[in-house]
Amino acid sequence: MNSREKILAAVAANQPDLVPLPDISPLNFSQDGLLEKLTSILTTTGSNVIPAANYQEIAEYINANYPEAKIVSPLAELESGRLTRYDTTNGIDFQDVELAIIKGHFAVAENGAIWVTEDHMLHRALPFITQHLIIVIEGKSIVPNMHEAYQTIGNSTYGFGTFISGPSKTADIEQSLVIGAHGARSLTVFLLP
Amino acid sequence: MSAVTNKDHAELAEDFNRDENRVDWHDETLWWIRQKRDRIVHQIPDWELLRETASQIKHNVLSNMHSYLQQFEANALANGVHVHWALNAQEHNQIIRQLLKDKQITHMVKSKSMLTEECGLNEYLAEHGIEVIDSDLGERIVQLAKEPPSHIVLPCIHKKKEEIGDLFHMYLGTPSNVADPQILTEAARQHLREIFLTRRAALTGVNFAVAETGEFVVCTNEGNADMGAHLADIHIASMGIEKLIPERKHLGVFLRLLTRSATGQPITTYSSHFRKPRDGKEIHIVLVDNGRSEQLGRPDFRNSLKCIRCGACMNTCPVYRRSGGHSYHTAVAGPIGSILAPNLDMEKYADLPFASTLCGSCSNVCPVKIDIHDQLYKWRQVLVKKGYAPTAKKIGMQLMAATLSSPALYHTAGKAGRAALRYIPFAINNKLNPWYKHRDMPQAPKQSFRDWYLKNNS
Repeated sequence: MNSREKILAAVAANQPDLVPLPDISPLNFSQDGLLEKLTSILTTTGSNVIPAANYQEIAEYINANYPEAKIVSPLAELESGRLTRYDTTNGIDFQDVELAIIKGHFAVAENGAIWVTEDHMLHRALPFITQHLIIVIEGKSIVPNMHEAYQTIGNSTYGFGTFISGPSKTADIEQSLVIGAHGARSLTVFLLP
Repeated sequence: MSAVTNKDHAELAEDFNRDENRVDWHDETLWWIRQKRDRIVHQIPDWELLRETASQIKHNVLSNMHSYLQQFEANALANGVHVHWALNAQEHNQIIRQLLKDKQITHMVKSKSMLTEECGLNEYLAEHGIEVIDSDLGERIVQLAKEPPSHIVLPCIHKKKEEIGDLFHMYLGTPSNVADPQILTEAARQHLREIFLTRRAALTGVNFAVAETGEFVVCTNEGNADMGAHLADIHIASMGIEKLIPERKHLGVFLRLLTRSATGQPITTYSSHFRKPRDGKEIHIVLVDNGRSEQLGRPDFRNSLKCIRCGACMNTCPVYRRSGGHSYHTAVAGPIGSILAPNLDMEKYADLPFASTLCGSCSNVCPVKIDIHDQLYKWRQVLVKKGYAPTAKKIGMQLMAATLSSPALYHTAGKAGRAALRYIPFAINNKLNPWYKHRDMPQAPKQSFRDWYLKNNS
């Protein structure tokens, strides 16, 4: 027997009698005040939240706040701006990106987590390797909690997907919160209608 | 780095207790985290239902692990992920070494994985000429200090910022006497960025693996697992077989519980779902047993396999907080470690189930409702029956059994004890009496209850 067979045999011999899965549907709740809840949690956990009417406003914000920055984004809506074109499949080539702008599928009101999949990232490394990150979401896409988040994700397929809930942070040195560990030093969330 | 020591928990705790100010500071820091946990937990109206649901899901996993493992394997393979099986720590380490050898890789970056600590991977690879750099800030700090982590979520919780400043001055070139967390974190960011950009192999742990889809989830606040995995050619994920959950939707339950229990945070900054490798890159999952299937076969102890490694039981434990993580001399310290470790080696870890007041606080905060303090109590019985109790305790128990079963002996002993306490207290109140160590001995009553009873009822 190889290790696989040995492990499976030991598990089969030792596991208890089958216990059914519980129903997780009672865990869903209130749809009230989602936008306020999301804004509040994102702000308290260190992100900027900015309501915007359209992509034009986002472009103006970027020009005003990142006048010199090297900016990378897969968003076609921002193409008329100052985006740097990247034609690469190598994540390391993104090491000098100062600002990345990506689109989120939806956000979770209870914890501020925004779901992003790799088809929205150009490269899996981009949201992490960039110095600063902007995620654009639509206000109507907010869900109350993680249960509805996974209902929304459903059976969709992705190679890589992640919930991002703020800037990279650590509290490993005497529990002092420091923003900007290895990933993006800031997260700005644009809320479109 | 696994802890190598011949001292038991009590002796190691005594070392830690020499610096009383540090004990107080350690105690207060962890209690502060426990309080943060309480505050955020009370904001979730269905918290208790959530805990119960998680516990039941895990129960289902334990009862169906055989088919979930095969389902996960089949789906992971279909996703283009390589799957390996390791019976024990040694095989786990060998598999990883071979994967690196095949690609001629001699330098690897690693994000947090307590399983690799359990397996002693870093030392093993070092012996074979492979350098491993830990990328979680806390783990990097203890790695520079040549120490094992002292806590599974907060690896350097026992270290003062000045000590970290000294380490960074010595190894990362920061100016001397700099202890500002902001400056030190920035220095670590620059140092580790260089590592992330140059390593061809990255290893991560696994928080949850989904049988239904073959994907796995890695949670970090720093983004270090992602920086490593996305920039490397080969991503190796080490996973204990108990980390499986049935369906993707169940992640919702566990991601709500994990960080709220761990640090009082609503969710980690990054909860990354790895399903398929990028084109031309590889993902390897190593499924590790290392005693888990055996624990599954122990009805009294199998619930310990429900653990999601949040560390809440450590933060609340009055013994952990005052004895420090290193006193547990095992990769997973604290209450949960004390019920997991005897499964691996009963003789070596026979002291750990006794390192508890059995107050039950660990079970109260556990997000998956593991009966930790009951298991600690049960382990004590198993260990004493198997003869692993310390000799002094064995002799003491035998003496006590003899005294309590003989009225004459009990009477004489009581009389002698009262007389000694009254006339020669130094014979009892001294260092040779282990009971006196942390307690004041009682005032001797003038008469025993028996004497009083005989006098008042005759």
